[in-house]
Amino acid sequence: MILGIPITGETVAFFLLSLLIISSGVMVMSLTKVMHTALALGGVFLGVAGIFILLGADFVGVVQILIYAGAITILMVFALMLTQKGDDTGYPGPGKRSFFTLLGVAAFCALLLFVIRGTSWPVATTKVDPFPQPSIVMIAQSLFHTYTVPFELVTLILTAALVGAVVIARKEE
Amino acid sequence: MALQPFLALGVILFGIGLYGALTKRNLIIVLISIEMMLNASNINLIAFSHFAVTPNANGQVFALFNIAIAAAEVAVGLAILLAFFRLRNSADVRDVNTMKW
Repeated sequence: MILGIPITGETVAFFLLSLLIISSGVMVMSLTKVMHTALALGGVFLGVAGIFILLGADFVGVVQILIYAGAITILMVFALMLTQKGDDTGYPGPGKRSFFTLLGVAAFCALLLFVIRGTSWPVATTKVDPFPQPSIVMIAQSLFHTYTVPFELVTLILTAALVGAVVIARKEE
Repeated sequence: MALQPFLALGVILFGIGLYGALTKRNLIIVLISIEMMLNASNINLIAFSHFAVTPNANGQVFALFNIAIAAAEVAVGLAILLAFFRLRNSADVRDVNTMKW
Protein backbone atom coordinates (compact mmCIF):
# COMPACT_ATOMS: atom_id res chain seq x y z
CA MET A 1 0.00 0.00 0.00
CA ILE A 2 1.40 3.37 -1.03
CA LEU A 3 -0.73 6.44 -0.22
CA GLY A 4 -3.67 4.15 0.37
CA ILE A 5 -3.47 2.69 -3.14
CA PRO A 6 -2.86 -1.05 -3.45
CA ILE A 7 0.15 -2.08 -5.51
CA THR A 8 -1.02 -3.96 -8.55
CA GLY A 9 0.29 -4.12 -12.11
CA GLU A 10 -2.28 -1.50 -13.08
CA THR A 11 -1.16 1.06 -10.51
CA VAL A 12 2.52 0.47 -11.26
CA ALA A 13 1.82 1.03 -14.96
CA PHE A 14 -0.19 4.14 -14.11
CA PHE A 15 2.60 5.63 -12.02
CA LEU A 16 5.28 4.86 -14.60
CA LEU A 17 3.18 6.39 -17.40
CA SER A 18 2.39 9.44 -15.23
CA LEU A 19 6.09 9.85 -14.53
CA LEU A 20 6.82 9.67 -18.28
CA ILE A 21 4.07 12.19 -19.10
CA ILE A 22 4.93 14.72 -16.39
CA SER A 23 8.70 14.55 -16.86
CA SER A 24 8.34 14.89 -20.64
CA GLY A 25 5.94 17.78 -20.12
CA VAL A 26 8.37 19.57 -17.84
CA MET A 27 11.12 18.91 -20.38
CA VAL A 28 8.94 20.45 -23.12
CA MET A 29 8.68 23.59 -20.99
CA SER A 30 12.29 23.76 -19.82
CA LEU A 31 14.48 22.69 -22.74
CA THR A 32 15.94 25.62 -24.65
CA LYS A 33 16.56 24.03 -28.03
CA VAL A 34 13.23 23.83 -29.80
CA MET A 35 14.12 20.59 -31.59
CA HIS A 36 14.62 18.84 -28.25
CA THR A 37 11.24 20.26 -27.24
CA ALA A 38 9.57 18.55 -30.17
CA LEU A 39 11.22 15.25 -29.28
CA ALA A 40 10.11 15.51 -25.63
CA LEU A 41 6.59 16.14 -26.95
CA GLY A 42 6.68 12.62 -28.43
CA GLY A 43 7.19 11.30 -24.89
CA VAL A 44 4.07 13.09 -23.66
CA PHE A 45 1.96 11.70 -26.50
CA LEU A 46 3.24 8.13 -26.09
CA GLY A 47 2.56 8.28 -22.35
CA VAL A 48 -0.99 9.50 -22.93
CA ALA A 49 -1.49 6.66 -25.44
CA GLY A 50 -0.38 4.23 -22.72
CA ILE A 51 -2.90 5.74 -20.31
CA PHE A 52 -5.66 5.24 -22.91
CA ILE A 53 -4.73 1.59 -23.36
CA LEU A 54 -4.60 1.18 -19.58
CA LEU A 55 -8.17 2.50 -19.42
CA GLY A 56 -9.42 -0.10 -21.90
CA ALA A 57 -9.59 2.30 -24.86
CA ASP A 58 -7.09 0.46 -27.03
CA PHE A 59 -8.44 1.81 -30.33
CA VAL A 60 -8.15 5.40 -29.14
CA GLY A 61 -4.65 4.62 -27.84
CA VAL A 62 -3.52 3.37 -31.23
CA VAL A 63 -5.14 6.38 -32.92
CA GLN A 64 -3.28 8.60 -30.44
CA ILE A 65 0.05 7.00 -31.40
CA LEU A 66 -0.73 7.27 -35.13
CA ILE A 67 -1.98 10.86 -35.18
CA TYR A 68 -0.21 12.57 -32.27
CA ALA A 69 3.09 10.70 -31.86
CA GLY A 70 3.33 10.13 -35.60
CA ALA A 71 1.76 12.90 -37.62
CA ILE A 72 1.58 15.92 -35.32
CA THR A 73 5.09 15.54 -33.87
CA ILE A 74 6.55 15.21 -37.37
CA LEU A 75 4.51 18.23 -38.51
CA MET A 76 5.90 20.24 -35.58
CA VAL A 77 9.46 19.18 -36.45
CA PHE A 78 8.88 20.24 -40.07
CA ALA A 79 7.55 23.63 -38.98
CA LEU A 80 10.49 24.09 -36.60
CA MET A 81 12.97 23.30 -39.35
CA LEU A 82 11.27 25.71 -41.73
CA THR A 83 11.11 28.61 -39.26
CA GLN A 84 14.37 28.47 -37.31
CA LYS A 85 17.06 30.88 -38.34
CA GLY A 86 19.89 28.72 -37.05
CA ASP A 87 20.01 30.10 -33.53
CA ASP A 88 17.70 29.69 -30.57
CA THR A 89 18.99 32.75 -28.76
CA GLY A 90 16.06 34.96 -29.66
CA TYR A 91 13.90 33.59 -26.89
CA PRO A 92 15.07 34.81 -23.48
CA GLY A 93 14.41 32.82 -20.35
CA PRO A 94 11.58 33.24 -17.89
CA GLY A 95 11.16 36.68 -16.42
CA LYS A 96 9.09 38.20 -13.66
CA ARG A 97 5.82 37.85 -15.55
CA SER A 98 6.26 34.14 -16.14
CA PHE A 99 6.86 33.70 -12.41
CA PHE A 100 3.49 35.24 -11.65
CA THR A 101 1.95 33.13 -14.41
CA LEU A 102 3.44 30.07 -12.74
CA LEU A 103 1.89 31.12 -9.45
CA GLY A 104 -1.52 31.61 -11.06
CA VAL A 105 -1.41 28.29 -12.92
CA ALA A 106 -0.27 26.48 -9.76
CA ALA A 107 -3.14 28.02 -7.79
CA PHE A 108 -5.59 27.00 -10.52
CA CYS A 109 -4.30 23.42 -10.55
CA ALA A 110 -4.36 23.24 -6.76
CA LEU A 111 -7.98 24.39 -6.79
CA LEU A 112 -8.91 21.74 -9.37
CA LEU A 113 -7.09 19.00 -7.43
CA PHE A 114 -8.82 20.11 -4.25
CA VAL A 115 -12.22 19.92 -5.96
CA ILE A 116 -11.43 16.48 -7.45
CA ARG A 117 -10.44 15.25 -4.00
CA GLY A 118 -13.49 16.74 -2.32
CA THR A 119 -16.11 15.48 -4.76
CA SER A 120 -17.71 12.11 -4.14
CA TRP A 121 -17.70 10.56 -7.60
CA PRO A 122 -20.36 8.00 -8.42
CA VAL A 123 -18.84 4.55 -8.80
CA ALA A 124 -20.09 1.55 -10.70
CA THR A 125 -21.93 -0.70 -8.29
CA THR A 126 -21.33 -3.94 -10.14
CA LYS A 127 -17.79 -5.27 -10.27
CA VAL A 128 -18.02 -6.47 -13.85
CA ASP A 129 -15.57 -5.76 -16.63
CA PRO A 130 -16.56 -2.27 -17.82
CA PHE A 131 -16.20 -3.14 -21.49
CA PRO A 132 -17.59 -6.61 -22.18
CA GLN A 133 -17.21 -6.22 -25.93
CA PRO A 134 -14.02 -5.21 -27.71
CA SER A 135 -13.85 -1.43 -27.59
CA ILE A 136 -13.67 -1.12 -31.36
CA VAL A 137 -17.11 -2.80 -31.67
CA MET A 138 -18.64 -0.37 -29.19
CA ILE A 139 -17.00 2.61 -30.91
CA ALA A 140 -18.20 1.47 -34.32
CA GLN A 141 -21.76 0.95 -33.09
CA SER A 142 -22.03 4.33 -31.44
CA LEU A 143 -20.13 6.14 -34.22
CA PHE A 144 -22.29 4.81 -37.03
CA HIS A 145 -25.62 4.70 -35.18
CA THR A 146 -25.76 7.49 -32.63
CA TYR A 147 -23.14 9.91 -33.94
CA THR A 148 -23.47 9.54 -37.70
CA VAL A 149 -24.13 13.23 -38.38
CA PRO A 150 -21.21 14.53 -36.22
CA PHE A 151 -18.98 11.94 -37.89
CA GLU A 152 -19.86 13.29 -41.33
CA LEU A 153 -19.39 16.85 -40.07
CA VAL A 154 -15.88 15.93 -38.89
CA THR A 155 -15.02 14.69 -42.39
CA LEU A 156 -16.31 18.01 -43.73
CA ILE A 157 -14.14 19.94 -41.25
CA LEU A 158 -11.09 17.87 -42.16
CA THR A 159 -11.62 18.59 -45.85
CA ALA A 160 -12.09 22.31 -45.18
CA ALA A 161 -8.97 22.39 -42.98
CA LEU A 162 -6.94 20.60 -45.66
CA VAL A 163 -7.98 23.07 -48.36
CA GLY A 164 -7.57 26.02 -46.00
CA ALA A 165 -4.10 24.97 -44.88
CA VAL A 166 -2.94 24.62 -48.49
CA VAL A 167 -4.41 28.00 -49.44
CA ILE A 168 -2.91 29.80 -46.42
CA ALA A 169 0.56 28.26 -46.68
CA ARG A 170 0.79 28.73 -50.45
CA LYS A 171 3.30 31.27 -51.65
CA GLU A 172 1.66 34.43 -52.98
CA GLU A 173 2.12 34.87 -56.71
CA MET B 1 -7.74 2.02 -9.79
CA ALA B 2 -10.15 4.82 -9.04
CA LEU B 3 -11.19 7.78 -11.14
CA GLN B 4 -9.33 10.44 -9.18
CA PRO B 5 -5.68 9.64 -10.14
CA PHE B 6 -6.55 9.95 -13.81
CA LEU B 7 -8.30 13.28 -13.27
CA ALA B 8 -5.30 14.49 -11.27
CA LEU B 9 -2.97 13.49 -14.09
CA GLY B 10 -5.19 15.41 -16.52
CA VAL B 11 -5.08 18.49 -14.28
CA ILE B 12 -1.28 18.39 -14.05
CA LEU B 13 -0.85 17.96 -17.81
CA PHE B 14 -3.35 20.78 -18.40
CA GLY B 15 -1.42 23.02 -16.00
CA ILE B 16 1.88 22.37 -17.77
CA GLY B 17 0.25 23.17 -21.12
CA LEU B 18 -1.47 26.29 -19.76
CA TYR B 19 1.81 27.62 -18.37
CA GLY B 20 3.54 27.05 -21.71
CA ALA B 21 0.74 28.63 -23.73
CA LEU B 22 0.81 31.74 -21.52
CA THR B 23 4.57 32.29 -21.21
CA LYS B 24 6.39 30.86 -24.24
CA ARG B 25 7.41 33.21 -27.02
CA ASN B 26 7.93 30.75 -29.85
CA LEU B 27 4.66 30.28 -31.74
CA ILE B 28 5.34 26.58 -32.31
CA ILE B 29 5.87 25.98 -28.59
CA VAL B 30 2.54 27.70 -27.94
CA LEU B 31 0.86 25.32 -30.43
CA ILE B 32 2.58 22.36 -28.72
CA SER B 33 1.25 23.56 -25.35
CA ILE B 34 -2.28 23.74 -26.74
CA GLU B 35 -1.93 20.17 -27.99
CA MET B 36 -0.90 19.08 -24.49
CA MET B 37 -3.98 20.75 -23.02
CA LEU B 38 -6.19 18.93 -25.55
CA ASN B 39 -4.50 15.67 -24.55
CA ALA B 40 -5.33 16.36 -20.92
CA SER B 41 -8.99 16.75 -21.84
CA ASN B 42 -8.83 13.47 -23.77
CA ILE B 43 -7.51 11.71 -20.66
CA ASN B 44 -10.53 13.04 -18.75
CA LEU B 45 -12.97 11.86 -21.44
CA ILE B 46 -11.51 8.35 -21.55
CA ALA B 47 -11.37 8.12 -17.75
CA PHE B 48 -15.02 9.15 -17.38
CA SER B 49 -15.96 6.68 -20.11
CA HIS B 50 -14.24 3.88 -18.18
CA PHE B 51 -15.39 4.75 -14.66
CA ALA B 52 -18.99 5.80 -15.39
CA VAL B 53 -21.84 4.16 -13.50
CA THR B 54 -22.83 2.45 -16.73
CA PRO B 55 -19.58 2.32 -18.75
CA ASN B 56 -20.06 3.11 -22.42
CA ALA B 57 -18.05 4.14 -25.44
CA ASN B 58 -19.37 7.71 -25.69
CA GLY B 59 -16.27 9.18 -24.05
CA GLN B 60 -14.04 7.30 -26.45
CA VAL B 61 -16.03 8.59 -29.43
CA PHE B 62 -15.75 12.16 -28.10
CA ALA B 63 -12.00 11.67 -27.67
CA LEU B 64 -11.78 10.54 -31.28
CA PHE B 65 -13.66 13.66 -32.43
CA ASN B 66 -11.32 15.71 -30.26
CA ILE B 67 -8.25 14.13 -31.88
CA ALA B 68 -9.64 14.80 -35.37
CA ILE B 69 -10.38 18.45 -34.59
CA ALA B 70 -6.94 18.85 -32.97
CA ALA B 71 -5.26 17.49 -36.09
CA ALA B 72 -7.20 19.96 -38.27
CA GLU B 73 -6.33 22.77 -35.85
CA VAL B 74 -2.61 22.04 -35.87
CA ALA B 75 -2.55 21.84 -39.68
CA VAL B 76 -4.23 25.23 -40.06
CA GLY B 77 -2.15 26.72 -37.23
CA LEU B 78 1.13 25.66 -38.79
CA ALA B 79 -0.03 26.95 -42.20
CA ILE B 80 -0.75 30.35 -40.61
CA LEU B 81 2.65 30.16 -38.90
CA LEU B 82 4.43 29.50 -42.21
CA ALA B 83 2.60 32.35 -43.92
CA PHE B 84 3.46 34.65 -41.00
CA PHE B 85 7.10 33.58 -41.06
CA ARG B 86 7.27 34.33 -44.78
CA LEU B 87 5.80 37.79 -44.14
CA ARG B 88 7.80 38.87 -41.08
CA ASN B 89 10.75 36.44 -40.98
CA SER B 90 10.03 35.67 -37.33
CA ALA B 91 8.23 33.06 -35.24
CA ASP B 92 7.89 35.20 -32.13
CA VAL B 93 4.51 35.74 -30.50
CA ARG B 94 5.29 39.42 -29.88
CA ASP B 95 5.73 40.05 -33.60
CA VAL B 96 2.17 38.91 -34.34
CA ASN B 97 0.76 42.42 -34.17
CA THR B 98 -0.07 43.14 -37.82
CA MET B 99 -3.79 43.23 -37.11
CA LYS B 100 -3.36 44.94 -33.76
CA TRP B 101 -4.83 48.39 -33.76
